[in-house]
Amino acid sequence: MDDAIAVHDLLVDRGGRRVLDGISCTVPRGAVTGLLGPSGSGKTTFMRAVVGVQVVTGGTVTVLGLPAGSPALRHQVGYLTQAPSVYADLTVRENARYFAALHGRGRAEADQAISDVGLARAAGQLVGTLSGGQRSRASLACALVGEPELVILDEPTVGQDPVLRADLWARFHAMAAAGTTLLVSSHVMDEAARCDRLLLIREGRLIADDSPAAIRAAAGVDDLDEAFLRLIRAGESGPTAATAGREAS
Amino acid sequence: MNPRILAATTGRILRQLRHDRRTIALLVVVPSALLTLVYFMYADQPTPPGQPSAFDRIALVMLGIFPFVIMFLVTSIAMLRERTSGTLERLLTTPLGKLDLLFGYGIAFGLAAAVQAAVAAGVAYWIFDLDTAGSSGLVIGIAVIDAVLGVALGLFCSAFARTEFQAVQFLPVVVVPQLLLCGLFVARDQMAGWLQALSDAFPLSYAIEALQEVGANAEPTGTMWRDVVVVLGAVVLALVLAAATLRRRSG
Repeated sequence: MDDAIAVHDLLVDRGGRRVLDGISCTVPRGAVTGLLGPSGSGKTTFMRAVVGVQVVTGGTVTVLGLPAGSPALRHQVGYLTQAPSVYADLTVRENARYFAALHGRGRAEADQAISDVGLARAAGQLVGTLSGGQRSRASLACALVGEPELVILDEPTVGQDPVLRADLWARFHAMAAAGTTLLVSSHVMDEAARCDRLLLIREGRLIADDSPAAIRAAAGVDDLDEAFLRLIRAGESGPTAATAGREAS
Repeated sequence: MNPRILAATTGRILRQLRHDRRTIALLVVVPSALLTLVYFMYADQPTPPGQPSAFDRIALVMLGIFPFVIMFLVTSIAMLRERTSGTLERLLTTPLGKLDLLFGYGIAFGLAAAVQAAVAAGVAYWIFDLDTAGSSGLVIGIAVIDAVLGVALGLFCSAFARTEFQAVQFLPVVVVPQLLLCGLFVARDQMAGWLQALSDAFPLSYAIEALQEVGANAEPTGTMWRDVVVVLGAVVLALVLAAATLRRRSG
């Protein structure tokens, strides 16, 4: 049981439209896996399916050896939604302490989670008075405070300044080194290079599933942006070429 | 349900309330201000001999109706905010149980309602000389149960509202018919049969009857206890139905 997440033939329909169209992939334990793709490609729906809050049409999603959404997983999975879902009328500290309490953690863990996301100085501030970037970090603190085995982060670095972004990525890698599995979505390609492994989805289909180096090698270019463009073009001209990245690994 | 999570959730809801000073002021002051209006409305009305004065009759019922209506509205909006802010979906991915959340709201707003009812009853008894045969403690206790009924119905109804506009529309749909038929305007036994049947089906009718029993009898009556049990039963039913409408998965 080496994979934290195993997805097989996942089909999801939303509003009469097929949003995920037969995705099969695995996410290794103790690594940072990037979920890349343009806005509307199905990243959030994929993450919701992994967390177990998405009604799926077909296929299976296995998380830490259990079907996604199993009650036992609620203790082991931390989920950061794309829009910050914290209480605007509570302070950062009150939010973190509440989510800590839900996971059976105390005040010390809550304060640690706040300083881990660089919000120690704003801990006493109401979330409603924070900037957009701070608010999303407050939300991130609440996702990490339970010290989950698997962390699903939907665009955690949007709107953060470059220094903080680098800090957060260093933090994600430190967590992975300690054994935590992270699935992080982004639509910014320069973040792709920071991941141990990449899943690229476009229009609900998986286009690439490999390490950044292997994807660069398969496409024959150094720039990941360019590499993805080539993979997409190859996928459009013939279905066999679409798996070129995977075969190269 | 998990006692630690229930306590944390109740505390969180009370802390949210504490940060909202204006809401606290409104919760505490508005019922007393409305009672003042009622007092002066009926100040010059003659009282038929051998009957309670109009103020005594109406103020007693109002002490039960205010917390019911206010807590219904507050809860509907609070729950809708949990839905629209994404916090509800997030909570449902944590070890929190649905009943932890629902009972958390019931206890937190029930405590707020206890403060509200105590202040309103204090004003009614000490400033306006409200006269009830039974004890003021029972009046406050029943008022708190009415508030919890409002919370439970609000939690249930919020499941059917997607927007704030829809949520406030449930006030005329769910609350007003219960007010009209609870026996305040026309005695229940003087209504047409089908109206009586409707009134019998509404939990607020029993809450009001319980208050009227306290108003008319020095000691708690069997009817009052039966009414209290009916209202508490309605609370549990509404909470269980509300839990059934909370979906961990959505489309």
